[in-house]
Amino acid sequence: MVEEKKRINASEKLFQVVLTMSFIVLSFICIFPFLNVFSISFSSSTAILSGDVTLWPVGWNFEAYERVIGNPGFVRSFFYTVFLTAVYTAIAMIISICAAYPLSRKELKGRNIIMMFIIFTMYFDGGIIPNYLIVRDVGLLDSMWALIIPCMLSAYNLIILRSFFSSIDDSIKEAAYLDGCSEMGILLKIVLPLSVPAIATLSLFYAITRWNGVGDAIFYISDPDKFPLQLKLREIIMMEQISQQEASQGVEQQKTMAESVKAASIIATTVPILLVYPFIQKYFTQGLMLGSVKG
Amino acid sequence: MEDEKTMKKSEQKRNNIKNYIKRYWQLYALLICPILYFVIFKYGPMYGVIIAFKDFNIFAGIHDSPWIGMEIFKEVFASSEFYRALRNTFLLNLGDLVFSFPAPIILAILLNELISVKVRRITQTILYIPHFLSWVIIAGIMYQIFASKGVINLIINAFGGQSINFLGNNVNWVIVYLLTGIWQSAGYGTIIYLAALTGVNPALYDAAYVDGANRFQRIWHVTLPSIANTITILLVLQLGKIINISFERPYMLGNALVSEVAKVISTYVYQVGLEAGRFSFATAVGLFQSIVGLVMLITVNRIVKKMGQEGVM
Repeated sequence: MVEEKKRINASEKLFQVVLTMSFIVLSFICIFPFLNVFSISFSSSTAILSGDVTLWPVGWNFEAYERVIGNPGFVRSFFYTVFLTAVYTAIAMIISICAAYPLSRKELKGRNIIMMFIIFTMYFDGGIIPNYLIVRDVGLLDSMWALIIPCMLSAYNLIILRSFFSSIDDSIKEAAYLDGCSEMGILLKIVLPLSVPAIATLSLFYAITRWNGVGDAIFYISDPDKFPLQLKLREIIMMEQISQQEASQGVEQQKTMAESVKAASIIATTVPILLVYPFIQKYFTQGLMLGSVKG
Repeated sequence: MEDEKTMKKSEQKRNNIKNYIKRYWQLYALLICPILYFVIFKYGPMYGVIIAFKDFNIFAGIHDSPWIGMEIFKEVFASSEFYRALRNTFLLNLGDLVFSFPAPIILAILLNELISVKVRRITQTILYIPHFLSWVIIAGIMYQIFASKGVINLIINAFGGQSINFLGNNVNWVIVYLLTGIWQSAGYGTIIYLAALTGVNPALYDAAYVDGANRFQRIWHVTLPSIANTITILLVLQLGKIINISFERPYMLGNALVSEVAKVISTYVYQVGLEAGRFSFATAVGLFQSIVGLVMLITVNRIVKKMGQEGVM
């Protein structure tokens, strides 16, 4: 009996080792594309040209990054997008709270009808062109607000927030009312302080959506000065040449330089996401769980 | 006497309403902005779809353009490009269903077998990352590694193989498209299955173990049944969305050389509508997609409910 248990444990151990190794390989495959781009961004043109760069930079240099930082369009678009994302997240969060809180209250008459009115928009969409025409008619084309207002409320996030608000005990709200709090006061003094984790999660969702979003920018923004970073990045990726002055360096080398500049731009655009990633890790599983709570 | 009673009653009612409004008016005030938002930016475009039945003139606007009935739909259904976009949408979504859909299930089952919490957490942290990257970044990365002199071809060459034209060949491009989808979503997709698995009673595994079930039997008889419901719902939902395709992924990954397989409904609507300015035509294509999508989702939701699940609507 003891003998058998030992054998099973040994086989279990072996299995765990094999499984762990497979996951190491899988994780490696998962970040491999990223490592490669990272390496290209720090490598010399000659190394890229001769195909030496796979996992680690060859011929370390920062030239590509100097070009990226030296590109005023890119830098300006970077800070513009940081600003855009901050404004968008704040507005989206405020309006989500405005919608979710009343809809979380049983006392609100007609709340089921309003919820149906909102949920229907998740299943039927006017489509790209009618959306474009509305944005145009409202006069938002080519403005920063075209990337904020038409997407400032997500029905999905609203439902998550609403179910979180619903989970807060009604007796606390009633007690606050008896103490002379208005509904607004209950929201600001009782409900919001209790909802910090949910608000943090949703803010991250909104911020990431805006930082990564590019479809609406393609539809609504045609002025290159107002391109968000992702669109700027796409412009750089699609660009065949860096600039006219480099024509003297010879076509092939110039092309390789373009490769490392593209790589460096990709890395620079990804860094902010990686910076907030630990926070995402902390909150988003929690947020997803919130979503599964039916309110 | 009677009159007095009714009067008192109605007065009480009026007072109740007054009190209700006095206490709760702020809730309604908060809702004004969100409702305006939905009316203008969600229901406004739904009204705007009427230009699919109009000869849209950009100066006359949505309301004042003349009606022309089903003319534009006739044009759409006679267009071979439309059928190509429809076919590509189905094919790429079907590919995702066959290859991308099972990936997180397998991953979640394997992660569930891991004993070490640490290894599990590190693996999850890494596998989730691609989900948080934009399609511009993902396409940029894929175009670098799958380029003719990219690292994948370098590896193929190192093993003595010929370079493969990944991005300019129709079949290869579809493979890259599907692989990218797996890479982007497989890790994150495990969350929902892992959540279902945390609810499994560990006693079930112990019982299976005592009964002499081997690892495969334990997975088959304990793990899989506990996520079967989740799998069914997600599968049916994805089937319901088979005509819907995002704009960003095919647009960013696509290129002119592979437009034969890469042009899908969303990118076709963009190209015909916003690039070529045929607003009515593009709206009709989009409307066709929205309606078929809605009908499919309702049907699928009925099926889910018949299976005794909660459904989504």
